[in-house]
Amino acid sequence: MTTTTQASRPTQAASTDVPRARGRGRRDDNRSALAFLAPFLILYVLFVIGPALYGLVMSFFDTSLVKSGLGKFAGLSNYVEAFKSADFWSSMWHTVLFTILTTPPLVILSFIFALLAERATHGKWFFRLAFFAPYILPSATVALIWIWLYTPDLGLASGVVQKVGITAPQWLGDPNWAMWSIAATTVWWTLGFNFVLYLAGLQEIPRELYESSSLDGASPWQQMRSITIPLLRRTTTLVVVLQIIASLKVFDQMYIMTSGGPNFSTRPALEYIYDIGFTDYRVGYGAAASTVYFVLLLIVSAVWFLQTRRAEKKV
Amino acid sequence: MATLTSEPKQFTARKGATKTAVSGSRLFNRLCTGVMIAFSIIWLIPLLWAVDTAFKPNGETAKLPVTWWIDHPTWGSFASILRQGDIWHWYLSSFLTSALIVILTVITASLAAFALSRLKFRGQGAILGFILLGLLIPIQVLIVPLFREVGGMGLLNTYWAVILPQVPTAIAVFVFKQFFDGLPRELEEAARMDGASTWWIYRGMAMPLIKPAIAAVSIFTFIWSWNNLLWPLLVLSNPKLMTIPVGLATVQGNFGIRYADTMAAALLGALPLIALFLFFQRQIVEGVAGTGLKG
Repeated sequence: MTTTTQASRPTQAASTDVPRARGRGRRDDNRSALAFLAPFLILYVLFVIGPALYGLVMSFFDTSLVKSGLGKFAGLSNYVEAFKSADFWSSMWHTVLFTILTTPPLVILSFIFALLAERATHGKWFFRLAFFAPYILPSATVALIWIWLYTPDLGLASGVVQKVGITAPQWLGDPNWAMWSIAATTVWWTLGFNFVLYLAGLQEIPRELYESSSLDGASPWQQMRSITIPLLRRTTTLVVVLQIIASLKVFDQMYIMTSGGPNFSTRPALEYIYDIGFTDYRVGYGAAASTVYFVLLLIVSAVWFLQTRRAEKKV
Repeated sequence: MATLTSEPKQFTARKGATKTAVSGSRLFNRLCTGVMIAFSIIWLIPLLWAVDTAFKPNGETAKLPVTWWIDHPTWGSFASILRQGDIWHWYLSSFLTSALIVILTVITASLAAFALSRLKFRGQGAILGFILLGLLIPIQVLIVPLFREVGGMGLLNTYWAVILPQVPTAIAVFVFKQFFDGLPRELEEAARMDGASTWWIYRGMAMPLIKPAIAAVSIFTFIWSWNNLLWPLLVLSNPKLMTIPVGLATVQGNFGIRYADTMAAALLGALPLIALFLFFQRQIVEGVAGTGLKG
């Protein structure tokens, strides 16, 4: 009973009720639950739900960053402007294009690497280190390293390409190359996360399946096709969705490596919102653009949710 | 056969299968190892190149042809970054904000998760759904209203502006909840019979039992908040308060063509995380695996 002396106020009430509190719904739980939930819920309402609603309201006003208050009511004009704005749509397209360029390699390569690593006889720790180490680096460090790699003439990327005998492109300076270069950087940076998810998925496949199938004379290739790949389906769904959502939130790499250039050819949706809100000070319009962008993220999440629900029902 | 299954798998494979199949699959496994070693080395090249550059004198980095060879290796770039001083402020900011975010996240999220998992109360489903909503709202889509709100609170250019919005992460609640859900009911019921309070069941019984979850949430929250660029970039304009990513991003132009200095700064900024990674490699990797899969 020494514990009661340490207990905080709401829980002292809880402990007195304990003898009676059995079976369904303890009466004290209501109060202690409130006390347990309050710290999180207060911060959550203040910094997540609150701003979300505030942003929604703001998107219907001509709110300015440098003036207080919401400003003039604007009706739907912010949304109309966003839908008509070529700059907005091109930035949305850049976000989607970046997602299209990064998701397949990040899923497929990490899958292949995990399969190979699982088969490898030695050095698993080394593979994990090599692939996962970049993931823990700050985006700023990654960006600075790759800006240097991509530096025309002096950078390693140009050096390697020139050794093969091809003229190196302006990796980040050419609008046709910049997005690909940033995508390559991102694959290098974040592949380790998916790699580790796949390794864990592989670990969950019962060893006996492999053993009994190799007793039956199955080749490694057959084992991969009929055991490994089907049993990794759940992991694959997870990896794909986490990857798409992460790629749709891209900002850091472009902001540091190209500032959205050259000629806005790599500016993602988030940087457009950033520019509108914090360079042009038009936060009302910025909030409207954020809402449209949010709907895109929401659709992806909803598709994933329905997919997993369906998959779980099947099982 | 029972003893066989407990042995490392290469031995079971050798004993279990026919001779030809075995030598075939062993060869295959060797091949896999070789391919993986090659790819791992390719993957490490950018990092090694950054380290290589950082140890060159600035002048040597601008020489052609591009080479790994260093004529006069030097600590000079590291020394000059450390002497110049800004990075110490950035370290302090990053450590303070990340540490506080971790502590506050672990406390608030685990308390909420405990209530959702182990207590029965009115409106439970509604609150669970309400927090579930947070999984769908990334901080990135909130920057505009959040900036105005934090500005209205007078918090701009303070550590609190960086810390507070990063604490209420729904995903942490769900990771904790999943671990609490996994604890056996009997333990808790026995404790209640002995007259234990709800607080004691949380603090004295449940929390020590979910240490792996605490470790995973702490390490990941730390990495994410250390690496966060967008939000601190918005709310910190005072160079003395900047976190490492913001500092690195804003000064990159100042280095100009001093590539060795740039690489030294980039590596120094990542150094605490590299140390953390080498130290907690297993927990970090298991954390990704465990929470990623269940989350």
